[in-house]
Amino acid sequence: MPEPVIELTGICRDFPADPPVRALDNVTLRVDPGDYMAIIGPSGSGKSTLLNVLGLLDRPSSGSFRLDGIETTTLRDGARTRLRGARIGFVFQSFHLLPHRTVTENVMLAEVYGRHPRRGRLARAKQALEQVGMGHRTGFQPGRLSGGERQRVAIARALMARPSLLLCDEPTGNLDSRNTEAVLDLFDGLRSQGLTILVITHEDEVSARAKRRVRIGDGVLTEQE
Amino acid sequence: MDIRDLWAESMAGMLARPIRSALTTLGTVLGITTLVVTMGIAATAGNQIVGRFDELLATSITVEVPQSSRQALVSWEAVAELRRLRGVLSATALAQSDKSSNLVVTANNLLDPTQVAGQTLAVVAATPNLQATTHGRLLAGRFYDAGHIIRRDRVVVLGEQAAAMLGITRLDHAPAVFINDRAYTVIGIIGGLQREQILAGAVLVPPTIGPDFGLKNVTRVLVGTQLGAAELIARQAALALSPNHAGELQVIAPPGPKRARDGAQDDVNGLFLILGLVSLIVGAVGIANVTLVTIMERVAEIGLRRALGATRRNIAAQFLLESSLIGLTGGVIGASLGTVAVVTVAAVRHWTPVLDIRLALAAPAAGALVGLLAGLYPALRAARMEPVDALR
Ligand SMILES: Nc1ncnc2c1ncn2[C@@H]1O[C@H](COP(=O)(O)OP(=O)(O)OP(=O)(O)O)[C@@H](O)[C@H]1O
Ligand SMILES: [Mg+2]
Repeated sequence: MPEPVIELTGICRDFPADPPVRALDNVTLRVDPGDYMAIIGPSGSGKSTLLNVLGLLDRPSSGSFRLDGIETTTLRDGARTRLRGARIGFVFQSFHLLPHRTVTENVMLAEVYGRHPRRGRLARAKQALEQVGMGHRTGFQPGRLSGGERQRVAIARALMARPSLLLCDEPTGNLDSRNTEAVLDLFDGLRSQGLTILVITHEDEVSARAKRRVRIGDGVLTEQE
Repeated sequence: MDIRDLWAESMAGMLARPIRSALTTLGTVLGITTLVVTMGIAATAGNQIVGRFDELLATSITVEVPQSSRQALVSWEAVAELRRLRGVLSATALAQSDKSSNLVVTANNLLDPTQVAGQTLAVVAATPNLQATTHGRLLAGRFYDAGHIIRRDRVVVLGEQAAAMLGITRLDHAPAVFINDRAYTVIGIIGGLQREQILAGAVLVPPTIGPDFGLKNVTRVLVGTQLGAAELIARQAALALSPNHAGELQVIAPPGPKRARDGAQDDVNGLFLILGLVSLIVGAVGIANVTLVTIMERVAEIGLRRALGATRRNIAAQFLLESSLIGLTGGVIGASLGTVAVVTVAAVRHWTPVLDIRLALAAPAAGALVGLLAGLYPALRAARMEPVDALR
């Protein structure tokens, strides 16, 4: 049995407020390499909180989180950052492309931090862009791209550093149905290449394409068959 | 993170908003320009002997000959010895006493015989090259020469004011003046004296006529030197004039050219240096302010970079480098403007511009330092942000 990519055991995340908010309540989850999983749930149920914990952007209040077998909850900030840069690719609902940089520069940003050789970086960026079907827009600035094109550039950036896990928070939230279809096709292709994908969504169309579905409600996670 | 990537990201960050970055440099530009101009002008001016007055002052030596002893300490001929020294342009021996300074002089004015009132004037015996030593010019006639001296001709040259007081303006009728009831022919009028201006009101007589008025011995020697030679000549003059009694002569040398310039300029320089430093502080506050605003605008970008694996140190380094680059740009522009200003001022005044290469290099470095210090707090704020908060 291969080592799971994600192994959550009894994860809680409390926010200090009045009264305190328990955004994640004793979450236990296992994600194996090559899994394609959708996380669904109503607004305010804790989806983004879960994704932030999984992406090492936030620390859980209690519980254990092993990423590729590495216990992350005890890591210091620098080590968590390096692990995040090396293993995890992010796709955000609002794309987060730098407006004054070209498409290629935005993609190459994924290799600026951490230990990546500078040699061949441009070629790798071009290849990642080809992979998402954006090879013809390399010199453009993000402001001149359509929403679907921007998200595909963002996905190319996430793929650039060859992560073992792709985390997507409402990746199609700002896209129409045609662009949504294109992005989902892309995810299917990536999954078949062995990438592990986690997608937060409230759209049935998106969750239907995933192999696994987990529902979250008031911080409690339940897997659906 | 590769240092070249850090550089590229910082450059891109600075150039993303070029107009804002340019405006942000203004305070630093102003400060560095002021400092470079102040120091550059001080160095340039300090290298010059400023103005004509100073040049004359810096080349004038006066040797006072005490009259206490019975024998003459300096002979009339000794002045020729002095002229042989390298760097001496002219030397003139004078004789004057208290008694000779108040003599009644009358002119026989042929044009207006009624005007015969006497004037009290000083009579001074002088060697003939007085004109060169005092930078004067003959307004009429000529100066007496060696021939007059040897023949003991009773001739005089009037100072410009003395001539005016006696009513003598033209020499074509060979006017005469009467001193102690003896007549002396006026052969010249000298004016425009730049040194020993008091001689403009005197009656100048050849050394061989001096004894008529009790003027036997040299009382003073005026020396004009080449620029820069005064100090050396001042040390040699006494010995050349009077080998046996050199110690008794009193040599008055000009103040060194260094001291001549410093006094007045120091206050002004201090003021401008303070002004430049204040501008630099204002510039630093400006950079800090704008960098802080920029960081608040770029919160999402910081979050993204953290998500892509940027450590807190990477984030801090990028913003520090950005603010330092803005400071450096201000420093380079300021140093260039300052240098141009110094060269322009020097050209207008016909000075040689003096620019310390260390100053030209230190100025941009100072600008970068200002930017670095100004960026410390904003960079810290950026590094402290939690990635979750930055991405929200
Ligand atoms: N920093 C915080 N401080 C206090 N409460 C928080 C904080 N972040 C999130 N919460 C609370 O935690 C709960 C879960 O929030 P989360 O953002 O994970 O919801 P979500 O499922 O992503 O919702 P949506 O679909 O609207 O994005 C919410 O009730 C929210 O108010
Ligand atoms: Mg959310």
